[in-house]
Amino acid sequence: MMAAPDVIVIGAGVVGAACALALTEASLEVLVLDRSTVASGTSGAGEGNILISDKEPGPELNLARRSRDLWFEISDRIGGAFELEAKGGLVISRTSSGIAQLRHLAGEQRSHYVDAIEVGSSELRKLEPYLSPEIAFGIHYPEDAQCQPMLATAHMLRMVRLAGGRVHEREEVLAISRAGTELSVRTSGGNYTAPFVVNAAGTWAGEIAQLAGSTLPIAPRRGFILVTAPAPQLVMHKVYDADYVANVASDDAELQSSAVVESTRSGTILIGSSRERVGFESHLEVAILRRLAKQAIALFPALAKIDLLRAYHGFRPYAPDHLPVIGEDPICPGLFHAAGHEGAGIGLAPATAELIRDAILKNPSFMDPTPFSPRRFVGSS
Amino acid sequence: MTQIRVILNGVSLTSREGQSVGALLLEHEQRATRTTRQNARPRGMFCGIGICFDCLITINGITNQRACVTNVEEGMTLETQIGSGTIA
Repeated sequence: MMAAPDVIVIGAGVVGAACALALTEASLEVLVLDRSTVASGTSGAGEGNILISDKEPGPELNLARRSRDLWFEISDRIGGAFELEAKGGLVISRTSSGIAQLRHLAGEQRSHYVDAIEVGSSELRKLEPYLSPEIAFGIHYPEDAQCQPMLATAHMLRMVRLAGGRVHEREEVLAISRAGTELSVRTSGGNYTAPFVVNAAGTWAGEIAQLAGSTLPIAPRRGFILVTAPAPQLVMHKVYDADYVANVASDDAELQSSAVVESTRSGTILIGSSRERVGFESHLEVAILRRLAKQAIALFPALAKIDLLRAYHGFRPYAPDHLPVIGEDPICPGLFHAAGHEGAGIGLAPATAELIRDAILKNPSFMDPTPFSPRRFVGSS
Repeated sequence: MTQIRVILNGVSLTSREGQSVGALLLEHEQRATRTTRQNARPRGMFCGIGICFDCLITINGITNQRACVTNVEEGMTLETQIGSGTIA
């Protein structure tokens, strides 16, 4: 008979792994459940972004800054095993209205102590020698970072296991109910009770909320990524078009795309990004891939001569107000949500875990978590 | 069958029309087409069908060509690729 856990974490993606690690390090007994395998959902279908540059001043920026620092601490503790790199971001714009908007955003960010440096033509060439000569304006964000998210997830869960926590893959949660002061969780592999359950099911977090008799308005927002064949390093930073920020904030269900280009340590170049709300449609859309390639070549003309290796897609967990959902469920006490980070889940995972840990332990946290509370959806149905 | 002459690392080899560069190398027991980017270890044909991009080789001075899906041509020069190659 297994010892009863203190916390059951549902979802072995990056957010679940970060929560499990933070709770384990706070001396709680953790059981992680995933109906599939580690990082098999959205965590394994992105680029590993740890971004400050695309956040407007507000609660999400505070979460992002804290999270970025925590990533570097976790990497130090784990021994640098997940390719964390402070490569910096470079946001460019080629239209006068785009430049004005980007300049405005950077100004606001600077007043909140974000490192945002305006760069002109010659400086751009030094930062990115292969950038199209037609691009003459950018903002350099040295704090932007990147990691290999599947490795990061797996290594955090390895730490959890080493400290005595348990990780059960291919075990699906089928029911959640109250059992006195605790929550009872029935799975495809058994029954467990614990005082706390963390819903880190990402894009599928709404299903878990429903099992507990609650609701969470999280929907999938599909994105495609192209992977080039390994090439000599051609892209030095994470480079993206300022349109990206507008697309992230958009409520439009139709396809949006903007160039996001970066190299990885293995030599491949990742090209994104598209956003559309088409449910869990997994059909490959060649027209979208072509559009992404075209936009990337406009930034880096040399990409035209590099072969594509493959393409993949993922489903971002999209909340209607674009803020993650972090905190205790208003209908099912003991159930804590940590989901809905849209395309920023890798970057925001460690600070999300800290808020969840502090909420469970009823400790003060580094910031007021109220803006992320699931209570904001009550009555909005 | 039409014979085709190609040069591999300065040595002349006889091939035939329709043969892939990868098949020619295997026929001559030449398993490595390149060295890895980080640790300079040998790499060659793995999937053999153009998917894995392991058998990259320099052909006529252009790096990062797949040996398995490129057919030989008369006078072609093949060179073992060192590391990640160059940007065209």
